[in-house]
Amino acid sequence: MPQIAQIAATYASQIFWLLIVFGVIFFGIGYGMFPKIQGTVELRDRKIADDLAAAEAARKAADMTEEAYRAKMDAARSEAQQAAQAAKAKAAAETEQRVKAANAELSAQADAANARIAAAQAEALAGIEDVAAEAAQEIVARVSGAAVDRAAAAQAVKAALANG
Amino acid sequence: MAAEGGKIDPMHQFLVEPLFGKHLIVGGYDISFTNSALFMVLTLACIWAFMMGGMKRALIPGRWQAAVEGFTGFVANMMETNIGPKGKAFTPYVFSLFMFILVANLIGMLPLGIVPGWHAFTVTSHLTVTGVLAIISFSIVLVVGFARHGFHFFSLFVPHGTPGYMIPLIFLIELFSFLIRPFSLGLRLFVAMTAGHILLKVLAGFVINGINAGPGIAAIVSIPSFILMIGITLLELLVCAIQAYVFALLTSLYLNDAINLH
Repeated sequence: MPQIAQIAATYASQIFWLLIVFGVIFFGIGYGMFPKIQGTVELRDRKIADDLAAAEAARKAADMTEEAYRAKMDAARSEAQQAAQAAKAKAAAETEQRVKAANAELSAQADAANARIAAAQAEALAGIEDVAAEAAQEIVARVSGAAVDRAAAAQAVKAALANG
Repeated sequence: MAAEGGKIDPMHQFLVEPLFGKHLIVGGYDISFTNSALFMVLTLACIWAFMMGGMKRALIPGRWQAAVEGFTGFVANMMETNIGPKGKAFTPYVFSLFMFILVANLIGMLPLGIVPGWHAFTVTSHLTVTGVLAIISFSIVLVVGFARHGFHFFSLFVPHGTPGYMIPLIFLIELFSFLIRPFSLGLRLFVAMTAGHILLKVLAGFVINGINAGPGIAAIVSIPSFILMIGITLLELLVCAIQAYVFALLTSLYLNDAINLH
C-alpha cells in the first residue's frame, strides 16, 4: 500500500501542498466567497419576507377599506330607508288630513243641502195647502155656487191631507 | 494502471511521484510538486471556477448561481441545525472542508486512464491528507472547547445523571472515545476511498486479463466483471458524496460539543 509504504518519503510534500491548497480554499473561498454568496441568499430571503409582509399589509388595508365602505354603504342605505319611511308617513298623514277636511266640507255641504231640501219641502207643502184650499173654494163655488170662506176651506183641506 | 509483464497492480494508482521526475528539497524536506499536489491544485481550480459562477450575486439567481447557493445553503443549514447560531463562525471552515473532499473524491473518479500514461489520483485516498484534515478539525474543536469553557470543557466527558461512583469509569471511556475521533475521522475517508478504488482496479484487471485470455474466458469473466464495475462505479460516486458529507457532518457535531458542551 503506497499510502503507508511511501509515507516517510512523501508526507512533507503532501502536507505542504495540502496546507497551501486548503489554505487558499479556506481563505479565498470559505472566507472570501462563501459569506458573500450566503449574504446574497439572506438578502433575497429578507426581500421576499419583506415583500410578503408588504403584500399582507396591503391586503389588510384593502380589507379595512372594504369594511369601511360596506359600513358606510349600510349606514347610507338605512338612512335613505328612514328618510323614505318618514316621507311616506308624512305624505300619508297629509293625505288623511286632506281627506278628512274634504269629508267634513262635503258633509257640511250635504247637511246644508238637506236643510234646504227640507225647507223647500216644507214650503212646498205649505204652498200645496194654500193651492188646495183655493181649489176647493173654487170647486165648491162652481159646483154648488155656495161661497165657502177661506178659513173653512183650509180647514177641510188640512183635514183631508192629514187623513190622506 | 501499470501493466508490467502482463500484471496489473491495483495499488499503482496510489503511488505518489514527483512530476517530471524532479525533486524539490527545502530544508531537508522533500516538497516536490507531485501528482498528488497536481490533483490538489486541480481540485482547487475546480472549486474556484464553480464558486465564481455563484459570485454574480443576482437577486434572481441563474442556474449556476442557484447550484452554488444550493451547496452553500446545504452546509449553512447543516451548521445551523447541528450547532445553532453560534456555529455560523465555523461555517466557512466546514464548507471549505466539504467542498475540498467532495471535489477531490469526484476528480479521483474521472476516467483519466483513457489517456495513455495518465491516471486519476484521488487525493483523499491518502492517509497523510485525510489525517491532516482530521487533525485540523480536531485541533479547532480542542481550541474552541478550551477557549470557551476552560477546564469546564472536561465536563463533556461526564454525561448528565451519571452516578457518583461511575464517574471515573465513564470519564475514562468518554475521554477515550473523544481522543479516538481524529483517527476515526481520518481513517474513515481514507479507507472508503482506497477500498473503492482498489475494487474498481481489481475488476478492471479481471476485464483486461479475461479479454487477453481468449473469448471463452472473456464471456465468463470479463462481461460479468464489467457489469459489476458499472454498478460499483455508481456506488463509488455515491460514496464520494457521502464521505464528504460524513466528514463535514462529524466535524460540525464535534464543534457542537465544543461550543455547546452537552
